[in-house]
Amino acid sequence: MSEKKSLRVAYGETLAKLGAENDKIVVLDADLSKSTMTNYFKAQFPERFFDFGIAEANMACAAAGFAHEGLVPFVSTFAMFGAGRAYEQIRNSIAYVNANVKLVFSHSGLCVGEDGGSHQSIEDIALMRVLPNMTIFVPCDALEVEKSMRAAMEIDGPVYIRVARPASEYFTDESTPFIPGKANVLREGGDVAIIATGLMVKEAMEAAELLAAEGIQATVVNMHTIKPIDEETVLQAAEKCGAVVTAEEHSVIGGLGSAVAEVLAGRSAARFARVGIEDRFGQSGTPEDLFKAYGLTAENIADNARRLVKSK
Amino acid sequence: MELALQQEKAKQLRADIVRMTYLAKSGHPGGSLSCLEMLMALYYNVMKVDPKNPKWEQRDRFVLSKGHACPALYAVLSDLGFFPREDLWTLRQYGSHLQGHPDMRKTPGVDANTGSLGQGVSIAGGMALAARYKKENHRVFTIIGDGESQEGMVWEAAMSAAHYKLDNLTVMLDHNGMQIDGKNDEVMSVGDMMAKYEAFGFVCVRVEDGHDIAAIVDALATPHEGKPLFICCETHKGHGVSFMEDQVDWHGKAPSAEQCEQAMKELGVTENV
Repeated sequence: MSEKKSLRVAYGETLAKLGAENDKIVVLDADLSKSTMTNYFKAQFPERFFDFGIAEANMACAAAGFAHEGLVPFVSTFAMFGAGRAYEQIRNSIAYVNANVKLVFSHSGLCVGEDGGSHQSIEDIALMRVLPNMTIFVPCDALEVEKSMRAAMEIDGPVYIRVARPASEYFTDESTPFIPGKANVLREGGDVAIIATGLMVKEAMEAAELLAAEGIQATVVNMHTIKPIDEETVLQAAEKCGAVVTAEEHSVIGGLGSAVAEVLAGRSAARFARVGIEDRFGQSGTPEDLFKAYGLTAENIADNARRLVKSK
Repeated sequence: MELALQQEKAKQLRADIVRMTYLAKSGHPGGSLSCLEMLMALYYNVMKVDPKNPKWEQRDRFVLSKGHACPALYAVLSDLGFFPREDLWTLRQYGSHLQGHPDMRKTPGVDANTGSLGQGVSIAGGMALAARYKKENHRVFTIIGDGESQEGMVWEAAMSAAHYKLDNLTVMLDHNGMQIDGKNDEVMSVGDMMAKYEAFGFVCVRVEDGHDIAAIVDALATPHEGKPLFICCETHKGHGVSFMEDQVDWHGKAPSAEQCEQAMKELGVTENV
């Protein structure tokens, strides 16, 4: 578990691998190929790598054009400029048409760090989640990046894969299944369920350790698919534990916490809390400093879990 | 069809456009009437299409970037046999395959969803790049509006089309000079469009009478090796119907029964629907 690998490097490597397997894959980037790591693909397949320059709106619609011609475009930029700048293009030219476009946006959330609030996308999951036809994956480690990309290739329609910037430990192995819409339970416990996604899976696992030391047993769910959300696993965990804490590196409005709340509302009496970015923007700092300041920590998850367990 | 007959045919299609929007009680007759001959130049003279096989791989592609003018596209497609003419009278109704703006998933012969202005020209650019990568020889055509050209992404698309030397792409401008709030020059001047596209790296041709099918066909034959082609068609909003011609108000308004009847008379169409 101690070995780490960058998720975006995993994306770049997998993209090149998929490109060798399938000549229908084309890659579109907006002057960020050295950061999104699409440059691996570019080096191997220059004839099907297209740089659109700093013009994300045009890139998103051009991707629809590629998809209409039977190709499978992977579109990459930072989450802020993909999900944010090109939102209406994604809405009308991709999602509305159910175009077979794979949107893989990196540098999501607070882990962009020093670049500050202008570059920290805390709302991309919310934006993508409200679009009909859209599937959303948030991989927690490098292995899940590859598996989510392969799963995306099996879907005839738009998929958003949110790729965090930093290196992450492994929470899955080669044999862990990746079934869209089917969450993976990483740890079983009967007192509280922690449902986490992306980089927060690590914090959730650490929170479970902290709680175990106090005699509180936590279930930890890796919710790698935000849409469609795995209602069955959410409801089962809520019923078994009677308390649910969600954890995400995203606004608590509109992301994983909201998706889980929508499942629980009216169907479960479980106590519920959301850990994520409260309704505010990010700022400059190291990712570690920011995670602490914004409560994206194992300690904060554990605090919420304790509070819920006590109030049962 | 001979060109002289096509100009006659245009009257029939104009009547269809007016009738469609009358029956739908909404829609955009002005901009549909202004780009009709541009569509006819393409579909009756230049583009390879097969109404029996709308998704034919080798067909030329067309994207109506100014998607609100779809009544004109629908009239042409139905006349070519992509779908029955009676369907035209269901425009904008619940359950109709003829949506208020073009929908490639619903209407045979429509190659892209458009309507949100600026996006179609980028989609067309992506199609042209895809054709080149797939080593296919078909052409990609798109019609944009002048009001639409106020959208910034139109220029992103122009930049990339020139950068990638898309000589399989033709961008046609329906230059009627008007938009919802008034004349372009009152709302937001788009300036010298020929000079702009020239500067972006297109081969540019102006068609002084954008309602002259033969002239548009000639322009479409302009050689443009290594560069995308831009054709600026000088048109009139609402052309062919006296009370609509050059009237801003007819951008997005349906005619009344009396107005519809008057238009039919002017166009010499007597058929009842």
